[in-house]
Amino acid sequence: MKNLITLILLVTLSFGVVASEEVELQEADIDLSDNESLQRGAKHFVTYCLGCHSAKHMRYLRFAMDVGVDQKKMLEDIAPEGASIYDQLHSAMNKHDAEKWFGVQPPDLSLIARSRGADWLYSYLKSYYSDTARPFGVNNLVFEDTAMPNPLWQLQGEQHAEIRKTIYGEYTKLVLDDPGTLTEREFDVFVNDLVNFLVYVGEPVQLERERLGKYVIIFLLMFLVIAYLLKKEYWKDVD
Amino acid sequence: MKPTRLTECGNWVLDRFPVTKFWNDHMAHYYAPKNFNFWYFFGSLALLVLVNQIITGILLTMNYKPDAKLAFDSVEYIMRDVPWGWLVRYMHSTGASAFFIVIYLHMFRALIYGSFKHPRELIWIFGMLLFVALMAEAFMGYLLPWGQMSFWGAQVIISLFSAIPVIGDDLSLWIRGDYVIADATLNRFFAFHVIAVPLVLVMLVFMHLVALHEVGSNNPDGIEIKESKDPWGHPVDGIPFHPYYTVKDLVGVGVFLLFFATVIFYMPEVGGYFLEHANFIPADPMKTPEHIAPVWYFTPFYSILRAIPDKFAGVIGMGGSIVVLFLMPWLDRCKVKSIRYRGGIFKKALFLFVISFLALGYLGTQPVTPVATTLARLFTTIYFGFFLLMPIYTRWEKTKPVPKSLTKVQSLEEQLHALEEQLPALIEEITELKSSNTEIGHPAFKSTFFSRRPNPQGMVHVMSRLAKKLKGSLD
Repeated sequence: MKNLITLILLVTLSFGVVASEEVELQEADIDLSDNESLQRGAKHFVTYCLGCHSAKHMRYLRFAMDVGVDQKKMLEDIAPEGASIYDQLHSAMNKHDAEKWFGVQPPDLSLIARSRGADWLYSYLKSYYSDTARPFGVNNLVFEDTAMPNPLWQLQGEQHAEIRKTIYGEYTKLVLDDPGTLTEREFDVFVNDLVNFLVYVGEPVQLERERLGKYVIIFLLMFLVIAYLLKKEYWKDVD
Repeated sequence: MKPTRLTECGNWVLDRFPVTKFWNDHMAHYYAPKNFNFWYFFGSLALLVLVNQIITGILLTMNYKPDAKLAFDSVEYIMRDVPWGWLVRYMHSTGASAFFIVIYLHMFRALIYGSFKHPRELIWIFGMLLFVALMAEAFMGYLLPWGQMSFWGAQVIISLFSAIPVIGDDLSLWIRGDYVIADATLNRFFAFHVIAVPLVLVMLVFMHLVALHEVGSNNPDGIEIKESKDPWGHPVDGIPFHPYYTVKDLVGVGVFLLFFATVIFYMPEVGGYFLEHANFIPADPMKTPEHIAPVWYFTPFYSILRAIPDKFAGVIGMGGSIVVLFLMPWLDRCKVKSIRYRGGIFKKALFLFVISFLALGYLGTQPVTPVATTLARLFTTIYFGFFLLMPIYTRWEKTKPVPKSLTKVQSLEEQLHALEEQLPALIEEITELKSSNTEIGHPAFKSTFFSRRPNPQGMVHVMSRLAKKLKGSLD
């Protein structure tokens, strides 16, 4: 019995085996039913991301239908000039140019929210700071030595990293030196809208899936009740 | 009565094709013990999941492209542009994990009730072959979405073959069809995943069932119901599978589908365990992910592989961990089948085995650290100890007398009823009445209130009673 207890202790301890050294992520406020936010996010994406990154699995038409935007309005307000409503969100950047300029081809962002997670994206876009050692003059706290320059620097302003000491150890804090065109609060909303859009793009069917799920579960509960009563009826004569 | 045209047609077929006989042999006149419990749902559920995988799989192949350039995008095409494609895909991906959950529970049932023992050794062997085929099926299927984990997982596992002396390198090259996982590998895995292995699976399921229906089902008491028969030759403790177990399994199906649907509609990734996050990044042969972890159902075996320092020895260890399962009918020397009447030593050994299997599974999902490796080695030792020491410890087992006929099981209602009766006494024990003098408004209305407060001493009593009961059940 004693061995058992030691073992159980060991098992519980093993959950602490992996110590995380990652930066603590900030929480994104994801609400896919917020059509306003999704539309703003789509607009931001086209303005600030689509230059380099595609989202090739997403079509303008699908977005317009899911978010309830008029197709004409979609083309006028959100999609880049010359895009057709049936187009996917392709980037205009040439693959070879991209590799020459950034060293890597900027990844397609259709599934970035599913591989990285919303909180990671939100924190990443907010965690750029000045670092003269880097080719574009910026580094990132969440993704060290990222090849991507900060596309939102004019909005956010410039930050620098400061190492703060506490009794628990050291941590890095980003301090805003030079405010951008948006206030801190406005910038948070801006990034949040963008991330909200990326989460939607990662799996456009999410809302529909959850809506349908309710009916399926209600049906299965009814099925279960009937199946149980049927079983009870049949098993009456089994002692 | 003159037979109608329809019955004549029916008889014409039945004279030539024995549908009725088949139905009676395997359903209506197949006598199963009447005391099947919760653990006996998983056989029919495994069949249900197999059917789900085959149907959704066929639908997926209609839009999937087994081509290294197109595969990843075609899966996303299914998820977005194919009507209901997302549902079919999630049913298939969730079905894969559900299959392993169901099969692991099904195998555990066999372990606790001794269903692998004489005369059911062959059923167990067919079942184990099914398990191996299922692992092959899952492994090859996992390459098809062509994500980072698909690619690197396959790369790691196939490179294991190169650890075999002399022929290793050529063998792994032959399996891949290229020097790395590539289009050729994807194509052949597709062929195996959609036709070769499923054929083997279906055939083995058939053999598993034929063997089962020949010797009859085991039961939670682990006694042979065929030994006592009524004057008509039916087992006294048996009931026809249809309708009794078909309606009962329907309840199991309902509960299972509730869980299944919850996952599909509300959490298809299950926190990165059913669909790994890194697999949403297209396969990139130039970029190794920081941490390569197989899907959760392979992690116990993967842990064993990593725990053994030498690569070739690790491969042998991993293979051995599955091979020992095949030997169960001959490793266990105890005559008593069911855990209900087996000795404490087996119960404890089984408990340790379950703990180590779960722990190995968890460790397999985590990156390697020195502590994790030490723990994995400890649990690997326990894993093998459970099997290899079995011939010794099961021989000394102090078993309890096995009843002649099936024991009565408490139905769910009876259990609930018993619990309901005990509940007031239990509440009385873990709480105590305390009085408090409270004044409401005017001092004249002063009165004493009684309220129930948790009683730590009573709780300790209840806990120690439970612990004693638990210990008693292990002896």
